Amino acid sequence: MRVRPSDHPAPFAPLDVIAAPTDPADERIEVGVLIVGAGPAGLACAIRLGQLLEESPETAERLGEVPVAVVEKGKSPGSHLLSGAVVNPRALRRLFKGRLTMKDLPSYGEVHGEAVYLLTKGAALRIPPPPTMRNHGNWVLSVSQLARFLAEQAEAGGAAVLPETDAQKLLVSDGRVQGIRTGDKGRGRDGQELGTFEPGSDIVARVTVLAEGTQGHLTGAALARFGLEGGQPQIWALGVKEVWKVAKPLRHIVHTMGWPLRKRAKYGEFGGSFIYPMGSDLVSLGFVAGLEYRDVEFSVHDVLQEFKTHRLVRKILRDGERVAWGAKTITEGGFHALPRRFHAPGLLLAGESAGLVNVPTLKGIHYAIESGIMAAEAAFRSLQRGESPGRAGALGSYDEELRASYVVGDLHQVRNMRQVFDKGFFLGGALASAMTVTKGNLPPKEFTIEPNAQRSLIRTDRAASYPAADGKLTFDKLSSVFLSGNRTRDDQPNHIRIQRRVPRDLADLWVNMCPAHVYEAGATDGDGMVHVEVNPSNCVQCGAISAKAGRLTPPEGGSGPEYTLT
Amino acid sequence: MKIAVCVKEVPDATAHKRIDPGTKRLDRSGEGALNAFDANAVEEALRLKAATGDGEVVVVSMGPERALNSLRKALAMGADRAVLVCDEGAAGSDLLATSRVLAKALDREQPDLVLFGQQSSDSDGAVLWAAVAERLRRPVISQVAELTLDGGSLTGKRQTEFGYDVIRAPLPAVVAVADSINEPRYPSLKGIMGAKSKPQETLSLADLGVEASSVGAEGSRTEVLGLSDPPPRGDTRKIEDDGSAADQIVAFLTEKRLI
Amino acid sequence: MLSKAASLGAGDVTGVIVGSGVEGLAAQAATYGAATVYVADDSSLEAPLPQPRIDAVAQLVADKGIETVLFGQSILAADIASGLAARLDAGLNWQLTDLTSDGGNLIGRQSALGDSVLVDVGWTSTPRIGLFRAGAFDPTEQPAAGTVETFEVQLQEHSLAAEMVEQAHAEESGPSIEDADVIVAGGRGLGEPEKFALVEDLARALGGAVAATRAVVDAGWYPYSAQVGQTGKSVSPALYVACGISGAIQHKVGMQSSKTIVAINKDPNAPIFEFADLGVVGDLHQILPKLTAALQARKS
Repeated sequence: MRVRPSDHPAPFAPLDVIAAPTDPADERIEVGVLIVGAGPAGLACAIRLGQLLEESPETAERLGEVPVAVVEKGKSPGSHLLSGAVVNPRALRRLFKGRLTMKDLPSYGEVHGEAVYLLTKGAALRIPPPPTMRNHGNWVLSVSQLARFLAEQAEAGGAAVLPETDAQKLLVSDGRVQGIRTGDKGRGRDGQELGTFEPGSDIVARVTVLAEGTQGHLTGAALARFGLEGGQPQIWALGVKEVWKVAKPLRHIVHTMGWPLRKRAKYGEFGGSFIYPMGSDLVSLGFVAGLEYRDVEFSVHDVLQEFKTHRLVRKILRDGERVAWGAKTITEGGFHALPRRFHAPGLLLAGESAGLVNVPTLKGIHYAIESGIMAAEAAFRSLQRGESPGRAGALGSYDEELRASYVVGDLHQVRNMRQVFDKGFFLGGALASAMTVTKGNLPPKEFTIEPNAQRSLIRTDRAASYPAADGKLTFDKLSSVFLSGNRTRDDQPNHIRIQRRVPRDLADLWVNMCPAHVYEAGATDGDGMVHVEVNPSNCVQCGAISAKAGRLTPPEGGSGPEYTLT
Repeated sequence: MKIAVCVKEVPDATAHKRIDPGTKRLDRSGEGALNAFDANAVEEALRLKAATGDGEVVVVSMGPERALNSLRKALAMGADRAVLVCDEGAAGSDLLATSRVLAKALDREQPDLVLFGQQSSDSDGAVLWAAVAERLRRPVISQVAELTLDGGSLTGKRQTEFGYDVIRAPLPAVVAVADSINEPRYPSLKGIMGAKSKPQETLSLADLGVEASSVGAEGSRTEVLGLSDPPPRGDTRKIEDDGSAADQIVAFLTEKRLI
Repeated sequence: MLSKAASLGAGDVTGVIVGSGVEGLAAQAATYGAATVYVADDSSLEAPLPQPRIDAVAQLVADKGIETVLFGQSILAADIASGLAARLDAGLNWQLTDLTSDGGNLIGRQSALGDSVLVDVGWTSTPRIGLFRAGAFDPTEQPAAGTVETFEVQLQEHSLAAEMVEQAHAEESGPSIEDADVIVAGGRGLGEPEKFALVEDLARALGGAVAATRAVVDAGWYPYSAQVGQTGKSVSPALYVACGISGAIQHKVGMQSSKTIVAINKDPNAPIFEFADLGVVGDLHQILPKLTAALQARKS
């Protein structure tokens, strides 16, 4: 019988992380607007609020000592951010209109040209870029660097940016979101209080904006608590990326499709690669594959290593040196998986955690920023009027604006494109082209999609084609985790929830899927089950485990990778 | 009881540290952080303050303006205020010039106790306190693994190559603590939020009455002449234990003729 | 240091010995290349405190016109050198591994940034002060013995402020780690003091000595005499097996000159893997017993 990950669900329920405030009222930290996540969405929201409050001091006054606060679980803003990234500048321009231009932002300049290749093992066929993949006018940047810049802007605008602060619980009482509870620090492996123990705090706010990015810990809980789940389940892809210092500058951006992925539909291998120039001496390259894949030996990290052995890639990386590595999941459900509403009493959802990613165009950062701006404006309108944002529907204008904007409009146009790739690479590609031409209206049937965790597992000899690590072009997972700057204290409680005794196939799926070597499978028992060992301190918080029946929760604040270039 | 803690911003532990071949100085363009060893000194100061019931903990540093970010970590832990000597003219100071500036800043504060961390994680110096103590003409105890205050004097347990010495000195004094002395606390969220509004003073060399010619590159008595790569160590091998690690180690030792 | 200084040919070499009951050492120092050995023998100099020694050396430098003051690095020497620099307005370079003379100009070689770079350093004035890593030079005996002179030290008030209440007497036990060809060292990664037995078993199987990190010595898991590192001993065995040791800089300085380093640690990010010849990522409690058994089986 085929194993399905969803038959072995993690011992975790989203509602477990919903709680009422517990700190005595006078010990709670009170802020005006609380933003969870210092990524493009959260920081754009903080910056826009700063602009609006500057023009309306009386509203700022009403919000108390800390009108805007941003909590971030990483060591610094940007520590946990990883993306391509070729960014549509539209939303950044709006955010900084009359203040800054794109030239003032940390970037690697505009896209000068692009190439799309269909790869086979031995060859690369250059094809005309599909309309969704034309990047003229877009900018190359590092989202990790962008966040550091945006955080400075937000602080200059009066926001309190609080890194190393993990949001563990969503505080809900009287039917409305009250804020969050931050995680304890200084607990030992078994949860015991160490000498340095510092308990978490309740942070209460007039409006809470969840901008947690992929696999949002509290977003999932909020969707469940307020019945906001979309019509289709959310799905994810996993991207693994490296930054290389290269001898010869790359002039244009490159995307590839095909090899090393297998094109038959039964494997469920959907994805591709990107190679972007970062100035004259750096190149960012990565491989993204949908987590609907089925082969227990599939490993995106190793597929990336395999990809680098292609003639086309070798040429770009020749005489180069790898300087950064990281991994992260990407929300891929698109329009059909969007939440029913982007708000609840006292709550706004923004950015990738709200599902605002356009897979066919490989874009999401400008949607994150745009939604952050709109969330700020909606929160501000409500606060300026002096009404309670906790009243049902008080923040509803955000929903209307977002749905009327290009953000949801774009997603609607490409709404079925991602799903058709379930039919295999070529048929999917043909259908996708047809959809582009007809702005999403053909074929008319609305596709349904299976959650990643429900895909039954198969085992082929997938790993046989992965190259051995040579430490120069190809690397193993451990040296890669090292390069991620991961400094997680290894005696803190395990933050990963999975079933510890599972069928061999599922254990192997986790072992191979995880790019950071977190899981180890023991020997098979008589009944075909194995014990899974977890090394949580290796975790780079990519979130893949949550798509395959496990559950990532935030570790102690300040843990995890320290990306600076990704 | 007034305690001054001398701290330093260093490149973040995960940053790839390099010396800029042009300026021959440590490249500090990347992310900075509070020197981890200094957190032990801040922690000890906070504990001493708590034990004595009152007093003030002031962190003192020299560095570029952005070093205030690192000083804020000490404020978030609970230090009361920060003083940063920030002056272009001080850039490139060696031990001698740095001790001159710090001693002036400390002179202005007149603390009962000056604390240092065990070393800086960038220069591996572990020497600065003795030069500062000499300039202040105060007793100094380094490598202190236990520190107790007793009225007008302090007693430190110093770890040396030979074991533990117990040394007593009258206040005011200078003490460098070992990192084993304590486990630094996590800043509380309220501490972090409050850090920004605590007093943070930035001083120029002129504010301290320090001659520009006596610090910086000009006031330094050492210089960097050149850089070179160390001889390569043999290839390092890294394996993961899949149950056969013991055998692989035996094979390695055999290959190296060590067994 | 004396032999090195003599070999530079950059002027007369002076030895300085400061302490109480140290006159016997002077004759010995004279055979390593010092033209003159100055001895300050005074009961007030008995305790190994830095500040009275700053007074002594500063006075000698001023009286005798000494241009260069070199120290072998130790906790005490570092404090003396630094205080002396401030007193004499002199440049101090540390972590030196070599010293050369270029037409009377001295150039030090400093190992910096976790030994990732070698820096040539100079002094822009005299006196120059240098701190050298332990074991940087080999002593060579010289036939011509120098002369020994005593001198009186005028101590400054602040130099007398600190007093030694109890001086360290490290308890020596077991084989000395400094002479061992093989060292098996345990760190905090062992988890608890009882687990040191695993390290001792492996050391026995390898015919080596047991060492420990400062963290576990401070925690009372193992005696101080076994401590390797900045404040412990510096060792350079043929084989150093680090068990559950992260490789913090304080430990590294004490063992980095080992010929071959094998590290076993659960944390793949441990810095020790950057300079171990063989790094093993795994659980000590599983690997060490197996390794000990495999070595024993090999022997028998």
